[in-house]
Amino acid sequence: MALIPPPGAPVRRSGRTDDTIDWDLRDPEALEAAHGILTTTVEKAIAWAQTSAIWPATFGLACCSIEMMHTLSPRLDMGRFGAEYFRGTPRQADLMIVAGRLTQKMAPVVRHIYDQMLEPKWVISMGACASTGGVFNNYAVVQGCDKIIPVDVYVPGCPPRPEGLMEGIDVLRKKIGFNGQTPSSELIAERRREREAFMAAAAAAEAAAAAEAAAEQAKGGQPN
Amino acid sequence: MSAQINALVPGAVVEEHEALGELTIEVTADRILEACRALKDGPTQFSRLSGVTCADFPDQPGRFRLAYHLHSIQTGSRARLRVWAGGLDPEVDSVTSVWAGADWQEREVFDQFGVRFKGHPDLCRILNPLDWDGHPLRRDYPIGGEDVQFTDAV
Repeated sequence: MALIPPPGAPVRRSGRTDDTIDWDLRDPEALEAAHGILTTTVEKAIAWAQTSAIWPATFGLACCSIEMMHTLSPRLDMGRFGAEYFRGTPRQADLMIVAGRLTQKMAPVVRHIYDQMLEPKWVISMGACASTGGVFNNYAVVQGCDKIIPVDVYVPGCPPRPEGLMEGIDVLRKKIGFNGQTPSSELIAERRREREAFMAAAAAAEAAAAAEAAAEQAKGGQPN
Repeated sequence: MSAQINALVPGAVVEEHEALGELTIEVTADRILEACRALKDGPTQFSRLSGVTCADFPDQPGRFRLAYHLHSIQTGSRARLRVWAGGLDPEVDSVTSVWAGADWQEREVFDQFGVRFKGHPDLCRILNPLDWDGHPLRRDYPIGGEDVQFTDAV
C-alpha cells in the first residue's frame, strides 16, 4: 500500500544523484527572460538577425549550382536556416555562393556583382573549381575565386554534396551570428568544464584530507 | 565530286579521299571561296555550312588546317573541305558571302587560332575577352593556370 502523505504535508524530494543535471544550461538571456527582463547588445541582436536570414544572390556558374539548388529542395531545405530566399538582385543579397569554375571572362562580372552587394556581405566558395581552379588548370579559368573576391568559407568537393554546402552555411552562420564572440553553446560547455574541474579538485582535496587524517591516525595509533 | 569542283573551279582540288564514309576534299587556299560557291550553287546543293573548325600542326608547312563541314538539306549528303591556311601569315577568304552562318564560326577560329578571314564583316574575338593577348588554342600558347603541387604523389 502506497504511502500517501496527508494534505498539507511538506513535499519531500530526493536529491539528484547527478548534480550536473541541476546545473542550469540556459543562456543568460533566457535566464533573464524568465524573470521578465531581456538585456543584450545591439551588435548581438543585429548579428542574430543576420544569422537568421541570410539572403544569397541568385547565380550559379557550373554544375555546383545544381547541388546548390538541391539544398533548397524539400529533402534538405535550407529554409530551416532562413537562407532559402535567393535574391535576383545583388543589392538585396548578403551572401554570394560562387558555385562552379570561374572563367577569366566571368571574373569581372562576378567582381561587379560582389561590388553591388551591400555591406555586410559574405562569400562562400563552393567546390574545388571555385576554390582552386580544380581540374581546369588552364588559361581560361581563374585559379581560385579568392584571387578576385574575399572568401569567408570554402566548401570542398567536386561538386560538394548539398549537405556540404549546408555545413558551409552553418559555419558561416557561426561566423556571422556571434560576431567574433564566443557562442553561448561554447560558453555553456566551458562552464560545465569549469564545474567539473572544480568538483574534481574538491574530490582530490577531500581524498588528500582523508589520506592525511588516516596518516595522522596511523601515527597517533603507534605507541610512543 | 572533285570532278564537279574541277569543272566549275579548275585547279582547285588538291586531293580527295574518303574515310569511314566521310568525303574529304582538300582545296587550295586561294580558291576556297570559289569552291564553296560552286558547291552551294551547283548541282551538289550544299545549302548549309554546319561548321568551320581549325587544327594547329606546328610541324607542317601549312600549319593551320581549316575544315569546312558542308551539309545539303536537299539531298542529305555531307562533305568536308580542307584548307591549309599557312603558318606565318594565316589568311584565307571568308565564306560569309556564301553562307551567312560562317560569321561566328570564322570569328571563333580567328579568336582561338589567329587565322584571319579576308572579307569578313566583323572579324573580332567572340569567346575570349576583347583585350585578350594571343590565341589560346595555338600549340605554342602557354597552358596557363598554376603549377600543380604534389604531382610526385600521383
